[in-house]
Amino acid sequence: MMDTLGSSLKNALKKLAGKTVVDRAAVEELVRDLQRALLQSDVNVKLVAQLSQRIKERSLNEEPPKGMTVREHVLRIVYQELVLLVGSAGSVELQPQLILLAGLQGSGKTTTAAKLARWFQRKGLKVGMICADTFRPGAYEQLSTLCNRFNVHCYGDAKETDAVRIVAKYLPGARGQHEVIIVDTQGRHALEAELIREIVEISKISKPDHRWLVIDAALGQQAREQARRFHEAISIDGVIVTKMDGTAKGGGALSAVAETKSGIVFIGTGETIEDLERFDPDSFISRLLGMGDLKLLAEKAEEVISPEEVDVNALLRGKFTLKDMYKQLEALNKMGPLRQVMSMLPLGGMEIPSDAYDATSTKMQRYRVMMDSMTQMELEDPSVISGSRIQRIARGSGTSPEDVKELLKYHRVMQQALKGVRGNKFNLQRMMKRFGRTK
Amino acid sequence: MFDSLRNGLRAIRGRLSASISVSAVEGTQEPQAEEGPEQRQKEVKPGLVKKVKTFVLDQELFISEKEISGALEELELLLLESDVALPVVDHIVAGLRRDLTGKRRRIGSDVDEIVASALAEALVGVLGEGFDLIGFIRGHERPVKILFTGVNGTGKTTTIAKVGAYLKNHGFSVVIGSGDTFRAGALEQMATHASRVGIRVIQHQQGADPSAVLFDAVQHAIANGIDVVLGDTAGRFHNKANLMNQLEKVKRVMRPDLIVYVDEAVAGNDAVVRADEFNRLVGTDAVILTKADMDMKGGAAISIAHTIGKPILFLGTGQGYQDLLPFSPGLLVKEIIGEGAKA
Ligand SMILES: Nc1nc2c(ncn2[C@@H]2O[C@H](COP(=O)(O)OP(=O)(O)O)[C@@H](O)[C@H]2O)c(=O)[nH]1
Ligand SMILES: [Mg+2]
Repeated sequence: MMDTLGSSLKNALKKLAGKTVVDRAAVEELVRDLQRALLQSDVNVKLVAQLSQRIKERSLNEEPPKGMTVREHVLRIVYQELVLLVGSAGSVELQPQLILLAGLQGSGKTTTAAKLARWFQRKGLKVGMICADTFRPGAYEQLSTLCNRFNVHCYGDAKETDAVRIVAKYLPGARGQHEVIIVDTQGRHALEAELIREIVEISKISKPDHRWLVIDAALGQQAREQARRFHEAISIDGVIVTKMDGTAKGGGALSAVAETKSGIVFIGTGETIEDLERFDPDSFISRLLGMGDLKLLAEKAEEVISPEEVDVNALLRGKFTLKDMYKQLEALNKMGPLRQVMSMLPLGGMEIPSDAYDATSTKMQRYRVMMDSMTQMELEDPSVISGSRIQRIARGSGTSPEDVKELLKYHRVMQQALKGVRGNKFNLQRMMKRFGRTK
Repeated sequence: MFDSLRNGLRAIRGRLSASISVSAVEGTQEPQAEEGPEQRQKEVKPGLVKKVKTFVLDQELFISEKEISGALEELELLLLESDVALPVVDHIVAGLRRDLTGKRRRIGSDVDEIVASALAEALVGVLGEGFDLIGFIRGHERPVKILFTGVNGTGKTTTIAKVGAYLKNHGFSVVIGSGDTFRAGALEQMATHASRVGIRVIQHQQGADPSAVLFDAVQHAIANGIDVVLGDTAGRFHNKANLMNQLEKVKRVMRPDLIVYVDEAVAGNDAVVRADEFNRLVGTDAVILTKADMDMKGGAAISIAHTIGKPILFLGTGQGYQDLLPFSPGLLVKEIIGEGAKA
């Protein structure tokens, strides 16, 4: 579904190519496609209307900068307006602080709390957790189990029923012991007056440095109202979007950003503790639109991938070493998320493991760093990489052996997937050009 | 609940009625052949069209597309703001346009009524029939095995406790299989809920095979003459092939009589994508929408029902065990559209 939207956007852009004056009909068509993409990604209806209006006005009224084609001019405006809509990443300081998490029931606060603890721990800070969810059965077990896995202390009491009392009781002690303290709270929604009062009270006594709202990527138009009320209650200063590993696009979170005038700080991308990433506006935009990285498309519109970057022949021979993958990642990275590129490949009805698509650019970056720590031989023949080599690569690249194994697994999956393509007559290069150049 | 949708739809109904001007046309062509009943499944029911057809007499009015396009645009916005997914909005609006425009109606027939029933039919068309769970269980060999599926955090575990309590109140004996062996704290959660509503839980260790747990729960029910088995599962995303395969295995082993898909009423467009995938990959017989107490707009109900064509069983309306509302599409549509809706 999203892919067709993405391609209809691309088609709309195509219509602007070669034009010397901005064509109102073409702009309107583009805006209409953009609207549909954004609405389908749950961006608030009113926000979408405002954005469309501005893009239309600016495209038709602003003079294209010298040397810029009409298409680039409009693309640039679209991109700038989307950047405004999405906002920049909320700030995260690597210093002692107290973070209070709030959100609707089932939005993923507890998992996120544990992920945050791990994130700060990896940055070398001493982290403590307070479980102030006294309502949901099993909440304390859940959080303390997760925290125990990486040695973060979790304060709480499964028998206590008063969340405010828990915070009052454990906070003073925790402050002396930990640099970063995270307070997880029970899920609540705007209409539950009692519970809103409770979180106001928790916020009052704990004086958090940050009050982050945790939002499920699938939340619809409701996001705006909920965010508004949470903001009224405790003054939200950052948003975390969870469950971005599903198919939801996270557009609802943008209402929260607009209502709270804050920014998205993190996104949750999976069920394990490590699946937390800093917010990256560009990849978020790509996802909202279901099309490749718009920024890069805008910048690289005229650029051609040089043939050396992808060894098509090696691919077709079925030889796909880590080195090939490295090059491929480099090349693909320029073109936007892997999923989009893969979707352009003539893989027929072939099932690509969904894992293969999980290569968000931060992950790719990590892969590249790891590959930089490998020897030539390892890159040529990954099968030699085992035990001690994994240790060495992990140390060398500042990652963990799990990360290295993940990379190797990813390589195997890609290799497998590309094997299926072999024999299939196609020209990868041409496909990629087609993707990169929209004319 | 559904308040904004209701108010909005009523306004649009008025607006539609008002904008259909009374402009008589001469010359009566037979209305072109409309889709037959076999197309009804996914299409908005062409009931109105047929009704109109039977009225084709010599005196007619012609409803033009122009007259209603403003109101239809408003309807489109209203549905979008109510969280109805975009493809479903397109479908409803196109259906109404087709139903209302170019059709002739007899002078003197009530414009408002035509509009109201077209709206109502569009909604009933997507919401489908309800589902009588109690009747289903009564008419079924025991134990009746019900498997709950859905993505993470939608309220499966809580809902199972609520459904358990509801069934107990109707005189059935119930056992729960604690099939979420993945999420930390999930076993404790299920056990606490179940003991509060007085239902026995079958559980294995954290990390155990969920199929084995649910198999044991069924065996327990058979051995003890228990009426209903409710099987919980860990939340999972429809795009994770391995987890969906696991669910497929759970299904093979438990052999549920009913697969209930749980999602939240506040979900936006993704509701359609995942409902569709769950239905495709493991099957869905009925749907429960939770968190309807969150001031929800109700669109997810419309989107999901339309997309997978399966009935909605309950709405979850809070965190208490009694916060479970049997869902009746007919009543709901009447409530939303108001007087004159002959659904
Ligand atoms: N407000 C509200 N919260 C609910 C409802 N159903 C479940 N919840 C809450 O949503 C959260 C997630 O529920 P849970 O049953 O653990 O979801 P699961 O992960 O799908 O099993 C919990 O905090 C529940 O109390 C409902 O109908 N209304
Ligand atoms: Mg559960």
